[in-house]
Amino acid sequence: MTKYRIERAPAPGWMRILIPLLAIPVTFLLTSVIILLDGANPFTTYYHFLVSPLAGRVSAIEVFVKSTPLLLTGAAVAFAFKGGYWNIGAEGQLYAGAIAATFVGTVLLDVPPIIGIPAMVIGGFAGGLLWALPSAILKVKLGVDEVVTTLLMNSIVLNVTSFLLNGPWRNPVSMWPQSPEISAGTVFPQLIPRSRLHFGIIIAVIVILIIWFVISRTSFGLKMRAIGLSKEGARFAGIKVNKTMLIVALVSGGIAGLAGAGEVAGIHFHLIDAISDGLGYSGITIATLGGLHPLGVGISALFIGLIDTGAQTVSRVLGVPVYLGDVVQSTLLLVTLSLFVLQNFRIRRVN
Amino acid sequence: MHAVQMKGIVKRFADLVANDHVDFDLEKGEIHALLGENGAGKTTLMRILYGLYHADEGQILINGSPVAIHAPRDAIKLGIGMVTQHFTLVPTLTVAENMVLGETGSFTINLKEIEKKVAEASKRFGVPVNPHALIRHLSVGERQRVEILKALYHDAQILILDEPTAVLVPQEVEVLFNALLRLQKDGLSVVFISHHLNEVMQICNRVTVLRDGKLTGTVKIADTNLKDLANMMVGRENFGVTRQGEREQGKVELRIEKINAVDKKGLQALKDVSLEVRQGEILGLAGVSGNGQTELSAVLCGTQKITSGKVFAGDVDLSSADTSDVCAAGVGRIPEDRHANLVGELSVAENLILDQMDKFKKNGIMDQQKIQDNAEELIKTYNIKANANDRLRTLSGGNMQKVMLARTLSQNPRIVIASQPTRGLDVGATDYVRSTLLEQRDRGAAVLLLSEDLEEIMALSDRIAVIYGGKIMGVLPAQEATAEKLGLMMAGSAA
Ligand SMILES: Nc1ncnc2c1ncn2[C@@H]1O[C@H](COP(=O)(O)OP(=O)(O)O)[C@@H](O)[C@H]1O
Ligand SMILES: [Mg+2]
Repeated sequence: MTKYRIERAPAPGWMRILIPLLAIPVTFLLTSVIILLDGANPFTTYYHFLVSPLAGRVSAIEVFVKSTPLLLTGAAVAFAFKGGYWNIGAEGQLYAGAIAATFVGTVLLDVPPIIGIPAMVIGGFAGGLLWALPSAILKVKLGVDEVVTTLLMNSIVLNVTSFLLNGPWRNPVSMWPQSPEISAGTVFPQLIPRSRLHFGIIIAVIVILIIWFVISRTSFGLKMRAIGLSKEGARFAGIKVNKTMLIVALVSGGIAGLAGAGEVAGIHFHLIDAISDGLGYSGITIATLGGLHPLGVGISALFIGLIDTGAQTVSRVLGVPVYLGDVVQSTLLLVTLSLFVLQNFRIRRVN
Repeated sequence: MHAVQMKGIVKRFADLVANDHVDFDLEKGEIHALLGENGAGKTTLMRILYGLYHADEGQILINGSPVAIHAPRDAIKLGIGMVTQHFTLVPTLTVAENMVLGETGSFTINLKEIEKKVAEASKRFGVPVNPHALIRHLSVGERQRVEILKALYHDAQILILDEPTAVLVPQEVEVLFNALLRLQKDGLSVVFISHHLNEVMQICNRVTVLRDGKLTGTVKIADTNLKDLANMMVGRENFGVTRQGEREQGKVELRIEKINAVDKKGLQALKDVSLEVRQGEILGLAGVSGNGQTELSAVLCGTQKITSGKVFAGDVDLSSADTSDVCAAGVGRIPEDRHANLVGELSVAENLILDQMDKFKKNGIMDQQKIQDNAEELIKTYNIKANANDRLRTLSGGNMQKVMLARTLSQNPRIVIASQPTRGLDVGATDYVRSTLLEQRDRGAAVLLLSEDLEEIMALSDRIAVIYGGKIMGVLPAQEATAEKLGLMMAGSAA
């Protein structure tokens, strides 16, 4: 009689690189069920999802616009995860960065861009960093699980934003829950005329290059990688685990904050409630999909940016709800994570 | 008549062949030793018999008929019982409750009834246990008896004991052997796993020897002797590295003064421990596992805090030191658990510099060339079978230990703390580690060797201290320390 048995057997190293690529077709197979239920043709849908956005100049640029904050939140999450700190709070840190940038942009009137832009960058970074601080301190001082605290901080900042927009910052003219406009000197310059592509993407690329350098070339990077892989082993080797983790957590928060600053200074020019709409959570998908490697993060952020743009094309052309984009993204995360687990096993026939 | 026959058993773990076409048979009513060095494949073979592992090839016959054993419950049904190296009792339950765990027979439990049955079984088999006692109140020897009785209670005709003496003091070993001989008279067949030649000679009828996963042979005890068995086991007669000659002792380098510490559960694990280790000597700390060695080692490595007392490395006060202070003070550490204290997913080269990064960086940037050169040099000097860029976790236990040694000892520490440095290593690696420790001593380092292997302690140490229940029972010069004296001290009587 033939039987099958599941055994533990880690796959070779090259599988790890293949997994994100494998996850994509699997995801589309799974989501096609939902597309069919909605009465649309999966193939047409995928075409509009993945190909249409790149076909036109405007929508192709839009892919990069959408990717800008994703590059940063992906980098923020990957940096934290790499250092063994499970920062689920990029969403909240992004909001904090956006609030801080709005504050800078509305306070600094009549400054030249040479001062205004760096001030926005510093403000955004500081805002995200400050928002990451409580969770980081609770983690290193009391051992409180950062997954829980960073997640909870996300809800808090939403309320803070609401408070600001309905209270002190409410637009005095329209009475909309939206802050006053930031001053001209603090607006990020456009990179391509008459598009929304802005200076933020340059910041994002620089950040990704910096974290790549820090992680792979510096002693701090080696310390944080060691901690991420084995806290005990790192500690034994005399590495100051808590101090390193604190820095990692704060820098991660700061990077997420930059994403918020970019959305304010490059896209909206004021603060609104829906400044993010899940960009921070997408960062988790992106970091995972990119294997926590900065360059992988870069590629997967562009891919998720494509899906986000594609979701709008699909809903416009085919009338499929725009939420399909979220469904695809979540499925992709689940499939990728499952594959990372499954690669440790194999099925064998036994007689 | 054969109780068990195992034919051509093959078991692979990825690339490693833990059992390579092994034949084994157990006659009814015999005590059969399974002898071999650490890692020879003894546990693996018996775990296959008990259904904990599945053989890749081979056949098992019980009482002459072929059987398929998929899980321990199949083995139990066939009358096989196993006492594993790590006990499987639940500490917060009583002896009787543990006996019927997973096998209550009915939905409700009649504890009175069970306790009565356990007491009866205890009398019938001549294995004294108290059914009402909580497991956590029992000594290791008593817990082992409960494990044995548990197997017998489930009608085991075949009993597998995996290194039963490893956790016992010599006096408890005697009690165990008497019980086994009595059970043998009643017809029980026993597989006795060990790597101690003397024990095997003492109570077994036949012995099967494994080496590197292969069968070396099966012989009657009556037809063999210690020397031959040693030969079969390690492939050469003379094994082990020993200390040569006495040394002029230097000044005290490591001073431990009345330290106290607690274990993971918060119970007192070290009680006023004081020790001094001098330059150019190995101080061996003997003791049965679980008497405070783990905590003492953790304290000296900087991974655990003491509740009171003082620790000095030369003039440096390390009483409240963390690992970075300990590294900075020139204390080299070879920890008990090398898997946990290296980083498996980092490369060999990175692991080799992890505790001395400052020497390999310029302005915060790692000097890759220097790291690579360092790794290649140490791989050569310490005979590590790996490439600099291999991930550490792909190395064998012996090579991992060599990485730890290389990292620690290449920094010429003035103090060396070595905890179970040869546990789980093969003969070659063991010899290597031992001679390296002796080199450190000859170089003038103060070496504290914590080991549960009494032979190792006696072979290497200039002076021997014994720890029992978290207290130092005494310190003897090597010349005065006989196995007997040390055994008594390890069982709790003062020197
Ligand atoms: N579950 C496992 N996975 C991988 N390797 C294993 C496993 N169990 C044992 N081994 C390896 O198989 C070899 C034999 O181990 P074992 O049977 O425990 O030896 P012994 O009991 O004789 O000391 C060792 O090299 C050990 O590392
Ligand atoms: Mg074993």
